[in-house]
Amino acid sequence: MPFIPHTEEDVKSMLATIGVNSIDDLFDEIPAELRSEGLTKVPKGVSEMEISRIMHARAEQDSRALCFAGAGAYEHHIPAAVWEITTRGEFYSAYTPYQAEASQGTLQLLYEYQTMMASLTGMDVSNASLYDGASALAEAVLMAVRANRKSKSKRILMPRTVHPNYRKVAHNIVKGQGITLEELDFDMQGGHINPDSLPKDPGDFTALVIPQPNYFGVLEDIDALTNWAHEHNALVIAVVNPTSLALLKAPGSWGNEGADITCGEGQPLGAPLSSGGPYFGFMACREQFVRQMPGRIIGRTVDLDGKEGFALTLQAREQHIRRSKATSNICTNQGLLVTAATIYMALVGPDGLAKVAQSSHANTQNLISKLEATGNASRLFNRPVFHESLMKFEIQTDELMNAMSAQRILPGVIISDDYPELGNVMLVCATETKSEEDLQTYADLLAEMTKNSESSKSPSKSSMA
Amino acid sequence: MLIFEQSRTGRVNTAQQPTTVDSRSNIPNEFLRTDKPLLPEVSEMQAVRHYTRLSTKNFSIDTHFYPLGSCTMKYNPRGCNTLSMLPGFLNRHPDSPANMSQGFLSCMYDLQEILKDVTGMKEVSLSPMAGAQGEFAGVAMIRAYHDAQNGGKGDPARTEILVPDAAHGTNPATATMCNFKVREIPTNKDGDVDIEALKAAVGPHTAGIMLTNPSTLGVFERKIKEIADIVHKAGGLLYYDGANLNAILGKVKPGDMGFDVIHMNLHKTFSTPHGGGGPGAGPVGVSSRLIPFLPVPMVTKVDNEYQLVTQKNIPTSIGRLSAFMGNAGVLLRAYIYARLLGKEGMHRVAEYATLNANYMMKKLEKAGFQLAFANRKATHEFIVTLKKQAKELNVSAMDFAKRLLDYGYHAPTTYFPLLVPECFLIEPTETETQDELDGFIDAMIAIQKEAETDADKVKGAPYTLPVRRLDDVKAAKELDLTWNFKKK
Repeated sequence: MPFIPHTEEDVKSMLATIGVNSIDDLFDEIPAELRSEGLTKVPKGVSEMEISRIMHARAEQDSRALCFAGAGAYEHHIPAAVWEITTRGEFYSAYTPYQAEASQGTLQLLYEYQTMMASLTGMDVSNASLYDGASALAEAVLMAVRANRKSKSKRILMPRTVHPNYRKVAHNIVKGQGITLEELDFDMQGGHINPDSLPKDPGDFTALVIPQPNYFGVLEDIDALTNWAHEHNALVIAVVNPTSLALLKAPGSWGNEGADITCGEGQPLGAPLSSGGPYFGFMACREQFVRQMPGRIIGRTVDLDGKEGFALTLQAREQHIRRSKATSNICTNQGLLVTAATIYMALVGPDGLAKVAQSSHANTQNLISKLEATGNASRLFNRPVFHESLMKFEIQTDELMNAMSAQRILPGVIISDDYPELGNVMLVCATETKSEEDLQTYADLLAEMTKNSESSKSPSKSSMA
Repeated sequence: MLIFEQSRTGRVNTAQQPTTVDSRSNIPNEFLRTDKPLLPEVSEMQAVRHYTRLSTKNFSIDTHFYPLGSCTMKYNPRGCNTLSMLPGFLNRHPDSPANMSQGFLSCMYDLQEILKDVTGMKEVSLSPMAGAQGEFAGVAMIRAYHDAQNGGKGDPARTEILVPDAAHGTNPATATMCNFKVREIPTNKDGDVDIEALKAAVGPHTAGIMLTNPSTLGVFERKIKEIADIVHKAGGLLYYDGANLNAILGKVKPGDMGFDVIHMNLHKTFSTPHGGGGPGAGPVGVSSRLIPFLPVPMVTKVDNEYQLVTQKNIPTSIGRLSAFMGNAGVLLRAYIYARLLGKEGMHRVAEYATLNANYMMKKLEKAGFQLAFANRKATHEFIVTLKKQAKELNVSAMDFAKRLLDYGYHAPTTYFPLLVPECFLIEPTETETQDELDGFIDAMIAIQKEAETDADKVKGAPYTLPVRRLDDVKAAKELDLTWNFKKK
């Protein structure tokens, strides 16, 4: 019996202690008509050796991809020590640190994580994480509504340069609470929110969301946007990429007063792409809003002997105490991913993270040049980017995707479902993991495909155009 | 010592940096950072040693018996971890097209089928990232269902969700997030829902009821069919909180009990790691009437090709709840676990978890501990109340919990459910040996003796852990949430 240690003798003696004849007798309070007839779709059990063969075969089907996709999930080098330590049983198989004395390892690590994230974002405090970047934005919106007591409108300005899936998730999670997310359109030349186009009299709104870099990789005018929001008594919610913060201005320094709440996707800090999860969402804020922040927060304190120790704190905000009046229904954070991120940040350090960021920026510039040099692709927007760019292709992006993916190259992410007005474009990204040869491979394939498609203009292509 | 206190300016771990960095940048200065973030500057060995040492300050399933009620702290098979971390799975980008994703998608499809079978629900969506998000998805679907009634005009009178007073705190918190009013239903002295109170509470204002069965009181809700009929007749839907699914896995299907929507905690029942508080996974299953509202993405199979189902395919869906498709790596672990157990292994989980719980309950009762529901059978967990010890010896459940740590046992869940004073909710799970259970019971007996002869000793515990009892009041009043917090 997999993972069940009982021998027949054990069972006999245990049943005798209980005073029943069979295990089945223990279920006699369950009405007979509810007993399951048995399972039909679950296959017969297999050994670890057999499942190993099955999983290796399936993993192999998706293996050896050369990835130029980003769009919220980025391939970075992960030091070997990160997951070796993270998957130690003491971290991997522990629970939420409710018994603080028996969880000092996790608690101290989370305190260190909070320190690192607060510094990286330039904010006063950080929580111990949320589910992912998208749900962190939803929680930031809810938090802003609680924190901005000057605003009554529950109106959030949400630029269309924010990741479309983040906007959808935020909408799906907050709509039950009478909050409206109002879209702000972007500048078609720059691919950013043009501060000059902001409404002169926007009326009462609770918060402005500012992505940096935005979904298109483009850098927003964070200072002007932040000041504009604050002039209208609104809060600023920054949505940022943590790797970029080694290079780019921290949200705490945006504009005259800095952002009020910062959130984002933590995946680039040591979490593998892994089909989109598990990742973790991070959230940091000004000290004055800490009691409005959702999720676990760790504080440093002392024990009975005056010795330093760490504990969950401000628990009065949480669902297990406040029930229907809690700041959120959230229970878990993404502890294991935060463990990985903390070890990642310790291993790369401030210089390493800056080099990863710079190298990713330079690689993307290099990729853009190479693609443009083929004469078949060009940048759609003219503003500077961090490590991702929206490219317009001469060849149909669907064709490009089909042809390249057949050779296990992921050429980028097609975003036309969310931005039909942008035409035949794809979001491309090259992190520090890409070599000069990798970039050249992409450019060469593009050049070759274009040549082939010009020599045989297919009817299917013209019908798609 | 904190990692920051081991840091030296200028110490660089070059093996973990790109060797050649092209320094060309076209980012104007106005966008750039001028200060250096406070990240540690330590060697690789320093980091490895520091975090390895920290890990040893934790209790975990791999090191200790961890009978935390309602949390199902069973063994997390190592094979599930290793096989979910094969390079093909780790390196797959979430936006990969179907022709680069058949391996991963096939696992997700198979997992959906397995979960449908064990829950008796008609369809399953895997995407919610934790139990609480599964709950949110479930209640949002109940709202969407009522909004779609009367030819799309909706049924706006249904503003109330019923929640038994013994429920997890997430239930009322979730109902509030979906803009429902919460009405509590009392529990009778045997731990069942008070049927008369339920009958009085339902009506045209009832949107649904959220139930855990077995309940958080460690007993099976015997009148579940009657409850389902009452709520359904009133036009409400039934939500099943799957926190305690381990107790009935393969024995009873929530679909057969009449539930319309269920969330599962794969980090409990399907043995994915708790990871120090996450990641979890909270897939939802539904009856036919809620299929149009399931959260996306899901996985379908068309002509032998696995494909993602998105909002384009199901416009009535409550939508997506994560940036991509939830905690995919956790789902892979659950799939591997399910295949290792197989159909013949599922019901054994419930059986041996129940055997272990009833054995512990009986032995603790024989040793003189008071049970909250002595005339009921335990399910996979049960409740001991230490109110007598608190009153007569001034030794609380918390004192017992802390002293257990000195004996090498993680404490059970304390002070939950809120209905039972000074309680321990004890869940041993099926993966523990009889010897381990006996060891815990011996520790409880020894602590009881200590409480009778030297109460202060118990009240001062723990003594053998990295720290003694912590000052929670100071932690909340004099906030210190980051290193150098007050020096800024």
